[in-house]
Amino acid sequence: MRYCPLILAALFLTPSPAALGAERFALPQFKSGYEMPPIDVPPASSDTLQYLDVAALVVALALASYLALRTRSRRALWVLMAASLVYFGFYRGGCICAIGAIQNVALALADGGYAVPLVAVAFFLLPLAATLLFGRTFCAAVCPLGAIQDIVAIRPIRVPAWLDHGLGLLAYVYLGAAVLFAATGAAFLICEYDPFVAIFRLVPFTRPNAWMEAFGGSMGMLILGAAFLVAGLFIARPYCRWLCPYGALLRLLSRASKWHVTITPDECIQCTLCEDSCPFGAIAKPTTGAPRPDRVIDRRRLALLLILVPVLLAAGGGFGWWLGDPFSRMHFTVQQAERVRLEETGRVEGTEDISDAFYKTQQPREELYAEADAIRDRFAVGGPLLGVWVGLVVAVKLIHLSVYRTRTDYEPDRAACLSCGRCFAYCPVERKRLKTLGGEPTTP
Amino acid sequence: MAKAADSDNKVTRRSLFRKGGLVVGTAGVAGTAAALAPRGGADGYVWQIDPDKCIQCGNCATYCVLDPSAVTCVHNHKLCGYCDLCFGYFSPGFEPEAGIEIPAAESQLCPTEAIKRRWIEGPHYEYTIDEDLCIGCGKCILGCNNFGNGSLFLQVIHNRCVNCNECSIAEACPSDAFRRVPADHPYLLKGEDDPA
Repeated sequence: MRYCPLILAALFLTPSPAALGAERFALPQFKSGYEMPPIDVPPASSDTLQYLDVAALVVALALASYLALRTRSRRALWVLMAASLVYFGFYRGGCICAIGAIQNVALALADGGYAVPLVAVAFFLLPLAATLLFGRTFCAAVCPLGAIQDIVAIRPIRVPAWLDHGLGLLAYVYLGAAVLFAATGAAFLICEYDPFVAIFRLVPFTRPNAWMEAFGGSMGMLILGAAFLVAGLFIARPYCRWLCPYGALLRLLSRASKWHVTITPDECIQCTLCEDSCPFGAIAKPTTGAPRPDRVIDRRRLALLLILVPVLLAAGGGFGWWLGDPFSRMHFTVQQAERVRLEETGRVEGTEDISDAFYKTQQPREELYAEADAIRDRFAVGGPLLGVWVGLVVAVKLIHLSVYRTRTDYEPDRAACLSCGRCFAYCPVERKRLKTLGGEPTTP
Repeated sequence: MAKAADSDNKVTRRSLFRKGGLVVGTAGVAGTAAALAPRGGADGYVWQIDPDKCIQCGNCATYCVLDPSAVTCVHNHKLCGYCDLCFGYFSPGFEPEAGIEIPAAESQLCPTEAIKRRWIEGPHYEYTIDEDLCIGCGKCILGCNNFGNGSLFLQVIHNRCVNCNECSIAEACPSDAFRRVPADHPYLLKGEDDPA
């Protein structure tokens, strides 16, 4: 092997990609009867655990719905919630989850070539179906992200309605952005910015060095998660209420749900005792008496808003069109194409990892540029669509706030209600009912 | 009287909206299920590294949610030259004295001494990876690719990988070398037939 330095020098002069197993040194002809060891790699672990996840999800959803709507027991719901937190959160590391599954589904619908994991489809659809039947019982006791926030909600304060409504729009914007970035293959934003997954992975259920992992890889996300939990001491479930993109979908479906949890199954006596019981501000008050005398003004405002709708949609679309190009740069291929073009035209010196990776594939530059252009085209359509979506969300919110509704009883706001069952214990009718049933003692 | 009729009317309108929403929602859920159920892989998919794209940047060692990383070095002996002076084994510039089998740690490229060196015959040495020690940093692979045959390469090892929905290393990979492969062909082994 004394000739090695020579070869070394030659290789330095002519850098050649050795990616494809360049045979610089021939395989020796062994005379001693040596046998080559085989490549020893373990097979992929079976899917049983994944299907167990789906089974656990079905059971938890059924149980949560039963406990919220039939048993009406906050305590039982809390136990189920804690169990879900332990299994889906700490044991399974918070992955896979329904929130992240939005992205798999979006990518699968946009890209026919993407092989979507069936487990992701199940995690996306099952809670939606459960919500159509029973309301957001998934949020109450199944979702580990909800559970970890629910447990820390010790001193919840009331958030002013205007702030609640305003922040609530963020979830729809996040949903739109997550769908756009997933469907274009640019990124899975929801997974990247999941504030609690780093906390779930802190607990070393299966991994002895879990603490090291958390401090090595995802310090930023750990701090973000801790910040959410600290805020969650005083603002109950901030992520669920204002950011969760899956929650945004569930809000819509919960409005139409076949059945839904009630504060009491009996008649509301309008005692006002439940008024402040909901830490999520999800109890709607009865409207007082006749419609306001100045209803003409309300009508005029509504008419104005209806005229404003196309303006909002157009403004959103324009804004999205303008953002399409910067957004497209989040896609790997676009970044790579831009760097390679800069190097080709001599506007930058030297190469970077991203361009080296391309040169290594020995693919023609034109192919890369064409791929990048195709992705930019996708963003040129998707960007304005996202903008129109945001415009639509704002418009619907404004109209919704301007429509007068008569309500005679205290009842859960179907969109915002998480079916957690906290209000049950505040209702005197409910307490009386439980007493006659010999049910559990209910102290708030 | 007029008021009562009005409120009845409102309830009807609202329940109509609700029923409409229920129909639309059910149709949406059923439609998505129908569209995607036949498309899903029954056996599932797992993450893997395409050795032809990997540039051994070192991210695999640090970005994985596991520690040590689920990525380790794999050696295809069929591609190996069994060199005396292995560029994947020795630190650059190191010249082994004749007959030396295991050099001191500082002469080894591998930070965890995960490559085992064994004399076979003549000037030929066998190199094997101790997967339990390997952290997937890719230093040896870089050396082997640049100056040797390229018989070493990185792979996601599937009894370690927890198969995150979005792989943290894939996010951080500067060469887009990560992709999902069918779970029944979970490796992209250099020098072997590509299952894909």
